[in-house]
Amino acid sequence: MSAIILYIAVIGTIAAWWLSRQRLMAKPWLEVGVAGEAPGTGASEIPPAKLGLWVFLAVVGALLTLFVSAYLMRMHMSHDWRPLPTPWMLWFNTVLLALSSFGLHRAQVAARIGWRQGIEVGLIAGGLAALAFLAGQYLAWQQVMAEGFGVATNPSSSFFYLITAVHGLHLLGGLVALGRTTYRASRGAGLAQLRLSVELCATYWHFLLVAWIALFGLLLHG
Amino acid sequence: MSTTSDRLDGIPAAEVADVELYHPRSWITKYVFSQDAKIIGIQYALTATAIGLVALALSWLMRLQLGFPGVFDFITPAEYYQFITMHGMIMVVYLLTALFLGGFGNYLIPLMIGARDMVFPYVNMLSYWIYLVAVLVLAASFFAPGGPTGAGWTLYPPQAILSGTPGGQDWGILLMLLSLMLFIIGFTMGGLNYVVTVLQARARGMTLMRMPLTVWGIFTATVMALLAFPALFVSCVMMMLDRLLGTSFFMPALVEMGQRLNHDGGSPLLFQHLFWFFGHPEVYIVALPAFGIVSDLISTHARRNIFGYRQMVWAIVIIGALSFVVWAHHMYVSGMNPYFGFFFATTTLVIAVPTAIKVYNWLLTLWRGDIHLTVPMLFALAFIVTFVNGGLTGLFLGNVVVDVPLSDTMFVVAHFHMVMGVAPIFVIFGAIYHWYPKITGRMLNEAMGRIHFWVSFLGAYLIFFPMHYIGLLGVPRRYHEIGETAFVPASAHTLNAFISVMALIVGAAQILFLFNLAWSIRRGRPAGGNPWNATSLEWQTPETPPPHGNWGRDLPVVYRWAYDYSVPGAARDFIPQNQPPARAAE
Repeated sequence: MSAIILYIAVIGTIAAWWLSRQRLMAKPWLEVGVAGEAPGTGASEIPPAKLGLWVFLAVVGALLTLFVSAYLMRMHMSHDWRPLPTPWMLWFNTVLLALSSFGLHRAQVAARIGWRQGIEVGLIAGGLAALAFLAGQYLAWQQVMAEGFGVATNPSSSFFYLITAVHGLHLLGGLVALGRTTYRASRGAGLAQLRLSVELCATYWHFLLVAWIALFGLLLHG
Repeated sequence: MSTTSDRLDGIPAAEVADVELYHPRSWITKYVFSQDAKIIGIQYALTATAIGLVALALSWLMRLQLGFPGVFDFITPAEYYQFITMHGMIMVVYLLTALFLGGFGNYLIPLMIGARDMVFPYVNMLSYWIYLVAVLVLAASFFAPGGPTGAGWTLYPPQAILSGTPGGQDWGILLMLLSLMLFIIGFTMGGLNYVVTVLQARARGMTLMRMPLTVWGIFTATVMALLAFPALFVSCVMMMLDRLLGTSFFMPALVEMGQRLNHDGGSPLLFQHLFWFFGHPEVYIVALPAFGIVSDLISTHARRNIFGYRQMVWAIVIIGALSFVVWAHHMYVSGMNPYFGFFFATTTLVIAVPTAIKVYNWLLTLWRGDIHLTVPMLFALAFIVTFVNGGLTGLFLGNVVVDVPLSDTMFVVAHFHMVMGVAPIFVIFGAIYHWYPKITGRMLNEAMGRIHFWVSFLGAYLIFFPMHYIGLLGVPRRYHEIGETAFVPASAHTLNAFISVMALIVGAAQILFLFNLAWSIRRGRPAGGNPWNATSLEWQTPETPPPHGNWGRDLPVVYRWAYDYSVPGAARDFIPQNQPPARAAE
């Protein structure tokens, strides 16, 4: 459980840092706001959707870290673990996902400077690369299957299918949001609103890229 | 009601941008597929109560079997295990968690912080409907081939998915796992709302340290739940794969009925770690909202500011953090490195410190207060007593050497029913009596409320005090029938029968409560906007019950904390949070 404990410690540190800036030492019973000087709430300027996404990413992070914890514990708790032959396809897929993430980064830059065509190109390119990644993951499954590792053959392969599937499902969910944003961009939605949507998609994509690299490293380790 | 624009010229009413509200156009979108947090909160509460009544009925059936073994032939051992499992899971997850966070969270958070609604109303609506589907899937398992799972509420593998356990090789366990996964998805959607709403949608002047403790409790519990529920999700997914695809995450090599199963090398202990990594924070996910609500009830009905507000906030946060490092105290009997046992026993005992601070602060709030023994106050006081009781036996059980002999006895059942069952349920009752006037505009009937309280309060003690005792005698838990054993004296059987009769009576008293809820909607005394003369914002809405959007034209502005009761020099014994200082003496 050390991976998840570490994760909770990181989240806890962030929470503690944030709390330390919230005037927790205030004595609210002595502080009555004078009319016209009622203090602000201390809420940040971050749009709710953006904060909502970050909180969601923290939850997804916990979920993935728990899979990592389970993976490491299962590996060491028993002696039946057989290393999985890593399909070469995964390296190729990693590049595809990085390209996808880069496409969304370009879309975000385009949104910042107000270049509408750039937004659409970036979103579509990123989306197609993500679809290619998913197809590639499916091929990687086929490769592992061909090596004689089915879902129940060995815990290493069970975890391989499980973890790639969980990651893929999250990407699939992201593609729904990406599809909606692309549709809105093509219909000429307001730039300010579009900017936020593109930024959220990009953040999610970068997160899934980092998560994939970590999970891929774990699979290589196993 | 004091909004600003009518008396404070030139001051913007809200610092946060006023959210654009979703406006329902038909009856269906207003009351069924509603995006209004208040309606969603009520939907959550009604659904949780409905499935909770099923769990109550199951507890009756269990008590009939335990109190009068052999009399009720229709309760087979398999069914007894199914009743235990469903009773436990429903009460902990589908009733307590859903009611505190989905029910009270939805209704109270926007009102108490001066917002118009949750920040993501559509996602909030989805949250409820997914929860409803989760409940229906769970309920469906009663009618599935083989019936619901009888694996115990902890669903420990390997037995949970073996053919010897009811529902293990049928639909029962699968429906349970599916339902839990749906619940977690639905909860996450709601939880995102509660957290971001508290962080971003507070009214002007509502700093964190001015929030009522109810909001602090629900907020912290939600953060914990968002981080803890994924552990249950992971265990559910992996167990489902073990059951359906024959993987060996949790399943060791096994011989069942002379047949070697296809599993090999899996670790039941891994499941226990994952389950309790969720399971222990879950205790505080239920307790923290209860702590918060009780603080507000006590302060309001004792007409005194809460004692040690800052400590109360800190304690909530510290308890939340500590609860992530105590999980293995549920696994002492599973065997572990003695140093680990020592570590977890220490953290378990340490968590008693912030908890005790809260108890002292409640007592000091009552000290020399102008205590009004209203029904909500009675329930709040009953909570304190019950929680201290359950907490003290928790201190015993937190020690490895005491836990090991007691772990499989009724003592543990009595302990956690006191601390995790009865205590939070008392808070829920108190909270319903307290906020019902705001929700419906009418008071609950006082006489019925008092009967409900006294029967429930005394009855709970008559059920669970003797249960501690028979646990110490060594009466084991999880047994359909203990029969004649050398170490269990005959008096234990008599006590068991007594406990069962009491359980039937206390259960029946809840029917009176439900009747009161229904009766008072039309016939209760009109409550007015603020029947308890309370300070927090939800009591200051321009209309009662608060309409869609809560606040009319302008959002409230907050000038003070939520506990200005009996302030010297003030004209009344309470000053609402949104009352400007210049008018405090009026």
